[in-house]
Amino acid sequence: MNESKKTFPIKGMHCASCVRIIERSLKNVDGILDCNVNLATEKATVTYDATKVTNDLIASAVSNVGYKALIDEEIKSQDEESHEKQKELNDLKQKTIFSLILGGIILWGSFPGLINTAPGFLKNPFLQFLLATPIQFWAGFEFYRATINSIKHRTANMDTLVTIGTTLAYLYSMAVTFSPQIFKNIGIDPMPFFDTSTIIIGLILLGRFFEARAKLQTSDAIRKLVGLQAKTARVIRNGKEADIPIQEVLVGDLIRVRPGEKIPVDGTITEGESSIDESMVTGESIPVEKIKGDIVIGATMNKSGSFIYKATKIGKDTMLAQIIKLVENAQGSKAPIQRLADIISSYFVPIVIMLAIATFAIWYNFGPSPSLLFAMLNMVTTLIIACPCAMGLATPTAIMVGTGKGAENGILIKDAENLEIAGKINTIIFDKTGTLTNGKPIVTDIVATSNLTDAEILRLAASLEKNSEHPLAESIVKEAENKNIALAKVGNFQAIAGHGIKGTVDEKTLYFGNRKLMETKKINILNAQNSINKLENEGKTVMMLAIGDTLSALIAVSDTIKESTKEGVKNLQKMGIEVVMITGDNKRTAIAIAGQIGIKRVLAEVLPEGKEAELRKIQGEGKKVAMVGDGINDAPALAAADIGIAMGTGTDVAIEAADITLVNKNLNSVASAINLSKKTMRTIRVNLFWAFGYNIILIPVAMGVLYPFFHLLLSPVLASAAMAMSSVSVVTNSLLLKRYKL
Amino acid sequence: MTLDKILVSISSVIGIAFTYWFFLLKNEKETIVSNSIDIVVLGGYSPQNIIIPKGKVTKINFIRKDPTTCLEEVILDDFHSKKYLPLNKTVTVELKPQETGEFAYHCGMNMYHGKIIVK
Repeated sequence: MNESKKTFPIKGMHCASCVRIIERSLKNVDGILDCNVNLATEKATVTYDATKVTNDLIASAVSNVGYKALIDEEIKSQDEESHEKQKELNDLKQKTIFSLILGGIILWGSFPGLINTAPGFLKNPFLQFLLATPIQFWAGFEFYRATINSIKHRTANMDTLVTIGTTLAYLYSMAVTFSPQIFKNIGIDPMPFFDTSTIIIGLILLGRFFEARAKLQTSDAIRKLVGLQAKTARVIRNGKEADIPIQEVLVGDLIRVRPGEKIPVDGTITEGESSIDESMVTGESIPVEKIKGDIVIGATMNKSGSFIYKATKIGKDTMLAQIIKLVENAQGSKAPIQRLADIISSYFVPIVIMLAIATFAIWYNFGPSPSLLFAMLNMVTTLIIACPCAMGLATPTAIMVGTGKGAENGILIKDAENLEIAGKINTIIFDKTGTLTNGKPIVTDIVATSNLTDAEILRLAASLEKNSEHPLAESIVKEAENKNIALAKVGNFQAIAGHGIKGTVDEKTLYFGNRKLMETKKINILNAQNSINKLENEGKTVMMLAIGDTLSALIAVSDTIKESTKEGVKNLQKMGIEVVMITGDNKRTAIAIAGQIGIKRVLAEVLPEGKEAELRKIQGEGKKVAMVGDGINDAPALAAADIGIAMGTGTDVAIEAADITLVNKNLNSVASAINLSKKTMRTIRVNLFWAFGYNIILIPVAMGVLYPFFHLLLSPVLASAAMAMSSVSVVTNSLLLKRYKL
Repeated sequence: MTLDKILVSISSVIGIAFTYWFFLLKNEKETIVSNSIDIVVLGGYSPQNIIIPKGKVTKINFIRKDPTTCLEEVILDDFHSKKYLPLNKTVTVELKPQETGEFAYHCGMNMYHGKIIVK
């Protein structure tokens, strides 16, 4: 055991009972040895076993009872981050403008072609020295600081290259300015290169400014999600209504939401009804009608009605908080494609320094006269052209924009590896109920095979089903309720798993269930066979009611197909993906439903525990398989699939087991998720190709490999422009993903 | 070959060898961590390589003292964690690794690296 102690502020406390509630909740955490909550200071001190207890555990113990623990200073504020970045941007902007203006003046007085138009004093090397010095050591201070700090660690980065390159040009120019005779003696025209050192710094700072600005946009999605959060809630406590900060809302609080207001936290409607715009969380543009008993999501917008709801999830348990956490985690993950870039980037800068030294030696020994000048300029060009940033930014920026874009449209991708696999999926298995269908079966047909009336059939069946927990039972009971049929008392109730139910009503023994139940009880169904076949061929599930040993009626139940199903499946098929339906329904019903949707391959009569095995069989055919389900009873299959897609739930179980969670229930989102993955991977590949290609082609050019053949050399100023633009172009290419329409 | 060319050649070979030795052959010290560790972010990570126990919670406190924008983010991608490091503030990452092995972490631009060794 490792005993530790921690004191942290708690938000939301207002009375002595809060102290007891928090203390009790904290003491229930395994590993917390003691705790003391102080109302006056609003702080808690916890003694705990650090091997068992994490900050998250403490925070959730506190938030579970409706308060907020502010553990460590690390709770980052998006505002603080944005503020700091804005400050950096302003600083960069100032230094960039300063360097480019002064550098431009020096360039005017020294660049061949321009020099003739410049006033005489600008050609003076001493004036150029005076102008170049603040650029070198004030605007370029960051390069020096970063270089010195990293040299202490025996590491090198892009700043090291810029520092060595520009310092070389600056020192050479200084030597030429102050001792021109030495250079004349060795046959070199004493021409300074202050324009080179200053313009390089100016252009690289400009590149950094654009890059920083663009990078800020890559994290827009998280900022937007955080910004969705409501600030206050109108809570009804002890009959009084009051607006309180959202942090003080407790689980169980009744909250009033008026037209046009944002819903503060997750909960269930207890009074009233309304139409709610959930597009910011689910990506679904059509407002959803909600009535008493329906779940509402925090951060969504109430449109027309007014209602009261009970808070069920607050703080980091709300759907929005979970979405933010998931997106943050995804953005911190690594795509396997990045591994090569990782290896190269750890050797890159030292290798470039070695190549630059070799360039100097080769040009000095074998280059044309004045060889020192050529050697120096080509060495500087080699150092400046190399761009490790582009390689470092290629993958993460695309992942940030891609996963952010997904989140805005209700597509939550768990990590970058899933993006890579999702693009390779060639088979998708859909769980039928709740995914392809609405998951709310209704009674469609009542067929009497005796002299019973429909109402009597429904009364008997519903009376029995009232005691059952089977998913189809609810539809029959509901139908009886809708028709105001009073239910009878049931005796000797018995559920026969996989078959149906048995019980006594009005002193008669009733059996209600599937064909297997009838076969077991030796009840003849031959007379009704045609009706059964007809109903099953229509995609309906048929249940049979027998009184004693005689079949008395058939009740057909059908689940409605979602509006988006046909189009969603068609889109996937157009993409060349095989669509498979898996269901517990009997074959005939399953085939009929699949036929209505346009699915050719059906796996019917599969029990929930058999879904994983069926999925593995398809994987055994060499297919890359995605499984789409509601995530509740198909979690093992979701976990076993190459990509598990949970749809329209947002439950903790689903998000844990699924690789991709679709917050909305629109089936088109499946194709959108796959398309987004493909598109993001394409962006990553283009970025990596560009970043690698740029360095592989331009470093040798900067070293002068084209000179022997074409007398072509790259100027250091052009090299700095290319280098500045290369990382900007990679980030910009990633940002293009934002424009992609899902 | 003139003397200056010979000198430049010899210096270049020494320079290349020095660069290789200085940057690529550095002795990578590993710090054993039992509960928590402060990693100072200044021109890299100190300590750079840490050994942490499997199955136990280890707190890694990053304290950025270097204003270089490159170091403003630390990414522990094997642990799905990316943190913004405000200047001169402590940001804690809690890890409870379930697998042994070597896991790299790096700055936002993948130029400064460190290693978390889980034993």
